[in-house]
Amino acid sequence: MQRDRRELLLKIMALDFTALELNLYLDTHPRDARALEDYNRVTQELFALRQEYQERYGPLIHFGHGYSKYPWQWIEEPWPWEMTF
Amino acid sequence: MWLYEKKLQYPVRVSGPNPWLAKNIITQYGGPDGELSASLRYLTQRYTMPIPEAKGALTDIGTEELAHMEIVAALVYNLIKDATLEQLKAHGMDGYYADHDRALYFVDATGNPWTATYIQSKGDPIADLHENMAAEEKARATYEWLINLSDDPLVTDALRFLRMREIVHFQRFGETLRLVQEWMDRKKFF
Repeated sequence: MQRDRRELLLKIMALDFTALELNLYLDTHPRDARALEDYNRVTQELFALRQEYQERYGPLIHFGHGYSKYPWQWIEEPWPWEMTF
Repeated sequence: MWLYEKKLQYPVRVSGPNPWLAKNIITQYGGPDGELSASLRYLTQRYTMPIPEAKGALTDIGTEELAHMEIVAALVYNLIKDATLEQLKAHGMDGYYADHDRALYFVDATGNPWTATYIQSKGDPIADLHENMAAEEKARATYEWLINLSDDPLVTDALRFLRMREIVHFQRFGETLRLVQEWMDRKKFF
């Protein structure tokens, strides 16, 4: 995997984790306005980074959540368990 | 409905073939306190949770556990995919090889297959949430024993991440339990 692709993916993974962690916290603290603000900000950043990645390397999420060029890019390797960081 | 994201939650790297380590780590794939048990336990208990916070926490933690199952699978897969038959035999994975070659299967560290008896879904949210808190502590302890055993620093790094997640989940389940108890107390008086 090329270096710039790996770096972009690692950035998305880090932001994804931030969003997940805030999500779990908000599940039991739904009225924490500051955490909610963080969650929405991270979600926006994540959306932009995912778009950038998907335009360059194909869908990161299947079932209508990312465009594909021809031929169908979703099945392109490497799959996650084949990636060595 | 679930979506698949074509990436791991945490990057997985291994130093090289290590069937001995794989044989132990696989317990977090198909063992009693492993990630399959965790994900299925929470995802099946969520239907009878009484308050929205609990339905959310069980759905989201159960989903994260599926991502942890994938991390453990990636560790085991990469630790055995290039192992020679001699290496598999030398480290007691010949029996596993006879049944599964180098495929992933749900067993614990001594080869027992996964069973639904590892989990419970009681319909009583207090009982279920206590089970979940205990399950997180058991999984944390298992990751600690695996970290003690590990002779591959790259694998240890992923195990440390997974161990930390158990601590966070325990915290969230504790908060969920408190919210459910408060909800039950309010019900009693009105």
